[in-house]
Amino acid sequence: MNIIVCVKQVIDPEAPPGNFRVDPATNKAEMKGAPPVIDPYGEYAVEAALKIKDAGGGKITVMSLGAGLLREVVKKPLAMGADELVLLEDAAFADADTFTTAAALAAAIKKAGDFDLVLCGREASDTNAGQTGASIAELLGIPCVTLARKIDAAAGKLRVERVTSTGYEVIEAPLPAVVTVSNEVGEPRYPTIKGIMAAKKKEPVTWKAADIGIASSGRRVTLNRLYQPVHEARCEFIKGENPEEMGANLALKLREAKVL
Amino acid sequence: MTIAVFTEHRGDKLLPIALEGLGAGRKLADALGQPVAAVLVGSSIAGLAQAAIAGGADLVYVVDDPLLMEYQPDAYVSVLEKVVRQINPQILIIGQTDTGRDLAPRLAFRLGTAVTTDCVDLAIDPVAKRLLATRPVYGGNALAVFSNETDPQMVTIRTKTMTALPTDAARRGEIINIAAGLDAAAIKARVISRVAEEVAGIKIEDAAAVVAGGRGIGSAEGFKQLEELARLLKGAVGASRPPCDSGWAPDTVQVGLTGKIIAPELYIAVAISGSSQHMSGCSGSRTIVAMNKDAEANIFRYARYGAIGDWKKVLPAFTAKVRALIS
Repeated sequence: MNIIVCVKQVIDPEAPPGNFRVDPATNKAEMKGAPPVIDPYGEYAVEAALKIKDAGGGKITVMSLGAGLLREVVKKPLAMGADELVLLEDAAFADADTFTTAAALAAAIKKAGDFDLVLCGREASDTNAGQTGASIAELLGIPCVTLARKIDAAAGKLRVERVTSTGYEVIEAPLPAVVTVSNEVGEPRYPTIKGIMAAKKKEPVTWKAADIGIASSGRRVTLNRLYQPVHEARCEFIKGENPEEMGANLALKLREAKVL
Repeated sequence: MTIAVFTEHRGDKLLPIALEGLGAGRKLADALGQPVAAVLVGSSIAGLAQAAIAGGADLVYVVDDPLLMEYQPDAYVSVLEKVVRQINPQILIIGQTDTGRDLAPRLAFRLGTAVTTDCVDLAIDPVAKRLLATRPVYGGNALAVFSNETDPQMVTIRTKTMTALPTDAARRGEIINIAAGLDAAAIKARVISRVAEEVAGIKIEDAAAVVAGGRGIGSAEGFKQLEELARLLKGAVGASRPPCDSGWAPDTVQVGLTGKIIAPELYIAVAISGSSQHMSGCSGSRTIVAMNKDAEANIFRYARYGAIGDWKKVLPAFTAKVRALIS
């Protein structure tokens, strides 16, 4: 089973929201004082790949697209247990839209050779768009199953439990296919010391846009404006000698305010 | 040119999001001087066409085929590709539902265009006459305004962010049938079964009061205390993502960007730090009450009332007082 996992380097979504800033002049966002991370949704996809490998063996190739990729960040999936890392790194990929991203990843997947399964996170934590996986599938002309919480892949067949708002669906499809992974698949495993040491020694394969035959960006969507909605805090803190008294006073306050 | 709206339905009714889509489409259509076309796909759905007209459609394209009874990804993408190529809309609106979030990106790529997903506002640029689609990004930390360079300009809309029109049963419209013409070879992925994992009691989407717990609750046992308060308030229990990932609470009660987006009268956040991705799911609540031992927690920026303290001490005293007050 050859598995390709697509992950993205993003600004840390778990950093305190108070550290989030937008530069209105450039329409760029940053998280002050927090280094970038591998997108958490992508980590769930890596975890799903590792679960499949644990069950039936296989090879996991991680692909990441961007500009200015930090090696210590993008190597985390290797430390978790992935086998290879391919970086699609080019100035042309800075602020890529879904079309550019999917076209480059689809081209790189073809170039990488035989594959059975492509896994992506359900969405990236910066764009929250949830399109890349489906778009890669369309470009490769293969089936796509979104929002997986459980994946069985063997002998050319795929069986996925897809998360829905009321429970789940069971979907079957032939391989190769693309699956997007939701957090219900389970917490990503921590890198082991051995994994970290192995990842340090491993050099990623790096391809530029020209290496995968992507000529220009061919953008289909334009970002006109990025801004932070104004939000005024107006919390009334309940007083009390101790937490128990605070709890009781909170109930009294809610009754007084006719909330209860 | 038209503004097309994919109108989802369940049972013998259009979904609220379909009517919200028609309302949003009507607004854009009036700004551009174009008609609104509803696209109805399913099996034995002829009766729904009039509901789409009453909701604001001028035209209804109906694809009625037994193979389309339930959402099947490949069949629906293929049928919608055919319909969209035939009616050639300038804008296509789809709901950000279980179906829409699966369907829209694939359809966009099949059509050689792009989609902006999960929009909370739609407007027409008065000069360029192009669609300006606003959506939350960075887990709700920011809003982004996008425009599509290609037609149809596709969007999916977030539930309860657009306004449906008052239903007008006297409205007239034209109904056009289109044959599905499904190619069995195009259907590769199949939905084999659908399983409902509803939790007992009031559904979180319908509850007037929600008591939600975060990572700080620490265990499934801890959630039993939240249940006690929820029962007292005739409400439902919710959770942020970590408790669901840890199995302390069922996935179906996850509140946030990737879970349920709810707006109860009262939202009691217990040991929830208030990440942007979580607040995206509950910031529309009428009153947010927070208990957290960290005075700097982001949840207090959204809460109307807050108690800074260990929930294990605050909550039992709060619950006891609530019980005394309402009995």
